[in-house]
Order: sequence, then C-alpha cells, then structure tokens
Amino acid sequence: MNQKDTLILGGHEFHSRFILGSGKYSLELIQAAVEGAGAEIITLAVRRANTKETENILDYIPQGVTLLPNTSGARTAEEAVRIARLARELGCGNFVKIEIMRDSKYLLPDNQETIRATEILAKEGFVVLPYMYPDLNVARDLENAGAAAIMPLAAPIGSNKGLATKEFIQILIDEMDLPIIVDAGIGRPSQACEAMEMGAAAIMANTALATAGDLLTMARAFKQAIEAGRGAYLAGLGRVLTRGASASDPLTGFLRD
Amino acid sequence: MDNQYFIDDQTLSPAALEKKHRLETDPSSRKNHMEYLPGMEQIESDVCERVMAQMKAYDPAAYTAQDVRRALQHETCTVEDFKALLSPAAEPFLEQMARRAQRETSRHFGNTVYLFTPLYIANYCENYCVYCGFNCYNHIRRMKLNREQIEHEMQVIAESGMEEILILTGESRSMSDIEYIGEACKLARQYFRMVGLEIYPVNTEEYRYLHECGADYVTVFQETYDADRYEQLHLMGHKRVWPYRFDAQERALRGGMRGVAFSALLGLADFRKDALASALHVYYLQRKYPAAEMSLSCPRLRPIINNDKINPQDVHETQLCQILCAYRIFLPFVGITVSSRESAQFRDGIVKIAATKVSAGVSTGIGDHESKYTGKETEGEQGDEQFEINDARSFKTMYRDMSREGLQPVLNDYLYV
Repeated sequence: MNQKDTLILGGHEFHSRFILGSGKYSLELIQAAVEGAGAEIITLAVRRANTKETENILDYIPQGVTLLPNTSGARTAEEAVRIARLARELGCGNFVKIEIMRDSKYLLPDNQETIRATEILAKEGFVVLPYMYPDLNVARDLENAGAAAIMPLAAPIGSNKGLATKEFIQILIDEMDLPIIVDAGIGRPSQACEAMEMGAAAIMANTALATAGDLLTMARAFKQAIEAGRGAYLAGLGRVLTRGASASDPLTGFLRD
Repeated sequence: MDNQYFIDDQTLSPAALEKKHRLETDPSSRKNHMEYLPGMEQIESDVCERVMAQMKAYDPAAYTAQDVRRALQHETCTVEDFKALLSPAAEPFLEQMARRAQRETSRHFGNTVYLFTPLYIANYCENYCVYCGFNCYNHIRRMKLNREQIEHEMQVIAESGMEEILILTGESRSMSDIEYIGEACKLARQYFRMVGLEIYPVNTEEYRYLHECGADYVTVFQETYDADRYEQLHLMGHKRVWPYRFDAQERALRGGMRGVAFSALLGLADFRKDALASALHVYYLQRKYPAAEMSLSCPRLRPIINNDKINPQDVHETQLCQILCAYRIFLPFVGITVSSRESAQFRDGIVKIAATKVSAGVSTGIGDHESKYTGKETEGEQGDEQFEINDARSFKTMYRDMSREGLQPVLNDYLYV
C-alpha cells in the first residue's frame, strides 16, 4: 500500500479519514473522537458555538484539530452564507460544511439551495463541503460551483441505519473526481468499513459514537473499521459478479476461430 | 370532582361582582366563543378540522394491552399507535415506554438539555380565565415594566449566564400593546441570543413585526382543545375566542417566526384527549410547514394567589410521564419543555427520558429578578405572580445539576439570521 495515503481537502492534507459530526457534543465525545478515532477534523454547529463565555465549545477543541463549522439551522442559501461568514469572523477558519434544511423532522438537505450557497461561498474563498442528498446531477453542479468535496447522506441523520443510499453513493464515487465523504446515518463500524471499501474518501459520524456505551472503545472501533475498509479499497477487492448470472456454457462457444 | 375556581374578592364593587357572578352562572351572558371579534384575522386552514376530527373520535378506553404492545413494536409510531400509548391500557407499560422514549431522545438530541428563563414584563389582563392568577377579577398587584425596568431585569438575567429568554405578558392589548412588546424584543436581542414570546395571540402582520424586532419563537397554549370546556373556563375577553387562538401558531409561522410551541394546560379537561390534540396540532402543522421548529410543553394546573386549592386533578406524575413518553415516541424530533411548575425530582428524571428543555432561575412575578437572584431588597414595586412555581433552582444550580445527571446543558441553539 502507498505509504502516504492522505485525504486532501481544499489543499489541506489529513491523515485521518474519520470526521466527527456536530449533532451531539460533549467534551468526552470530542476527546474520544480525537484520541480513539484519530479525528483531525471536528464539525462545529455555529449556532451553538456562538455563545457567551460560560461553556464555549471552541474551548473544547484540541490543538492541531481543524474546525469544520456547519450552517445547521439555515433554511435558505442566504442564511447559510450569513452563518458561514459569522463562523469566519468568530475565528473558525476557512472550512465550512453547508447544511440547509427545510425539514425539521428528518433534517433532509435541500440540494438546490445547497448549490447556490456553495457557489457564493467558494467564490469568497471558503473550503466548501456541502451535505447533500446523493444525486449525481447535483454532485456535478456542486463541483462546478467550487465544492472541495461532496458529502452525501447514507441515511436520515441520527438514524444509525447505515448505507440506505448505497447504490447512489457508489455512483458518486464512480463518477466524481472530488472526494466523497459519507455523512449521516452511519451507525456501526461495519457500515463505515463498507463505505470505505466502496471508495468513500472519509466518514463523518456523531450519533453512532455519542450514543455508544463506551465512547473511547467505540471510537477506536471506528478507526480500525475505516482503516480496514480503506485498505481493502486500495488493495482492490476481489471480483464479485453481481450483474447477471455467470453462465456455465459460454455464450460465445459457437465461435470457430 | 372539579376544581373550585370561583373566588370573590372583597374589593370588587357590587356591580363588578354582579357581572362576575352572571358570567359564572349564566352561559347566555357570555359571548359566543367560536365567533371572531373585530380585528381578528381569519386564515384559511384545515389543520383545526383535522385535529378535532381525530380528538372527537378518540376513545381512550377502547385500547387494549395488545394495542400498546403493537405500538411499541412499530418502528414508526402511527396516530393509532399514539392513541394507544396515551390510553389507560398503556400505564402498565410505562417503563417500556420510557426506555423507548429515551432511545428516541438520545438519537435526536444526544445528551443535551436546553436551559432558558421566562421574563414577565406585565401582568395586566383583560380576560376572565377562572384558573389563572392574572385573571381580571383576581385582586393582585398589577404592574407593567417600563423600558428602563425591562432592561434592568434583562441585565440581571444575562449576568447569571442565561442566553435564551422567553418574554411574557398578561393578555391586555391596551396595557401591553404590540409596540411595547416589540421594544422589549429589541432590548432582549442586545442581551440574549434567542428571544421567544408568550403573549396574547396576534395577527400575521403583527407576528411579522415582532419577528423583525428580534423574536424568533412563539408559544401559545390552547389550554384545552375541548371547545365546550374552554367556553366554561374562559368567560370573558379576547382569549374567549377559541378558534383565533388555535390558529395562532400558523399565523406566527406565516409571519416569519422560526418556531412555535404548543400545549394544553393539563387538568382542565380530559387530559388524554387534550394530549392527543396538542400532539396532532404539531403533527399536522409540521406537515404543512416542514421547515418550522416545533415544541410541546406539558403544564399542569397549579395553585394561584387567592386560590391555593387549584390542582391538576387526575393528572398525577405517572400520567404526566406517560404523556411525555408518548409525545416523544410519536414526535421524536420535537422539543419538549418541562416548566418549573414541576418538582426538581420530576424534572431531573424526565430530562433523562423525554424532555429537552427546562427553565431555571424562574420568577412568574413582575420586576423581581434582582431580589430573587441576589437577595437584594429592590426599591421599586413588584407585580404578583401568575402561579406558584415548584422548582426554584437558579440558573447556576440547574446548570450544575444537569451536568451531574450526565447531561450537556445548551444555552443557545439558534442563530437569528
């Protein structure tokens, strides 16, 4: 295997392929993610970080970890853009994960608004990571709009249901040059492993860790699963004949030369 | 047995007493509670009809243990499942319901718990709602804070560390008009990250104005969804108009508010039917306004000044817990607020199962935060309380206690954009 298998996002190099999501946070969770799972990127909900001194989540973030502020709470591209700018003013850096939801029940992303916000923020110099519903046309539009990676959802956020959108994520992995980071719905290390085997560039998870009985052990399990899946992908998985049966008599047996 | 709501105050004039008694005893002396008053906006909406149809058809006694077991097995809780979970047949399953509710809460909210505090800025009221301490016939110290007093209260609260505030008034348009409330919102935005309102229902354009002034969230309690019962409890004033109140949340959302909160006041009528209607009010509005944030409260009746006998009737803590677990299983994504009407012990327990938001440092009186927070004698006058609270923990104590329970207190989850 290549010794230097790194994840490049917006010109920045990362060794870890586990990204901690922001849904449910605590000091213990962040420590487990960094120490156990080796996370180098931690998502931060700006709407919660924008707080007074009592309990500032910014104080939780260890040195050397890259912050990925998200725009959760935004319902339109304009709101997402304002939140991203605020994050930059707060000193959260240039990365931004765009989350635009017009649905408070399933928190499904609004692809159209996400494309608009990506275009505006990429032009302003942000490293834009859009959270999206896996649709190839939208992924291409996001690339043209200047996204640094594509973040399709595996299943409804917080559901721990795994790769419910597997076929469509595979299409994105096959067709797009940008890194595909699987976000939302990954509930078990085995599911993270499977996504990595498919060729995903990284995994983002939060609830799977946050709701585990033993955070640190679960974080380590995710690290190992992601590394195993990545290794399998790089090694090239064995041939699997999934499309149609393998006929015992060759159809071309009639050919004489 | 019903509560003994009617209390005659010595200071009322003979004419006032006579009117009060007529309202209490002669239904024909009361206005039609289903008829809009001049100035009340009427919107096109089928939400009320849908909620009422379900509520009328609901017979809690018809559900069996088998229905409850089936409901608990379903991954998605249907309206029928929810009805079973609210029924008396579900009481023996309370522990199982609590475990399921806890899983849902943890999936959607992790281990977070939001803290906020209410700020009453006026207690003048033009309504006669028989169970409420602010009702116009109750002899209490009335007060309306001026701009400087509001700002002072906000400073005291903000210094405690609180970042979310809920501004409340009594229901009096003449004493607390929209501009007055709007100015309070503008002030609040300077001290808090998140400003909610719990005031008398207003029209869409008034909600829009209040949103522009900085408010983001509107709470309106329907008190009871049983319109006939409502008529017997809300004898006079704007609040008497039941359908105008029902549509308040929808008008607020049309006016640009980010979120809305709902509740029945448990103990006024059949609490199972009221709980069903409250949740369905959320359910149908969410389908119509999917971007809106929604939350449910679950207040029970409490004693008031001059009537310490008012109580929540048959809604004991067990029933309250059952309702909250059923809410959580049916609507896993909604916020659930448990107020200081409940005991510290109940609140500490329920935040681990279903509730996501608790108040702290609460006063339901007017202009008394400094004396309550610091023990300092306040020179100015103070207005009386709406009801007696039970859990009097300060912000700091609540923050510490929630952390000790293994929860992560969150002070702000919104950005006004």
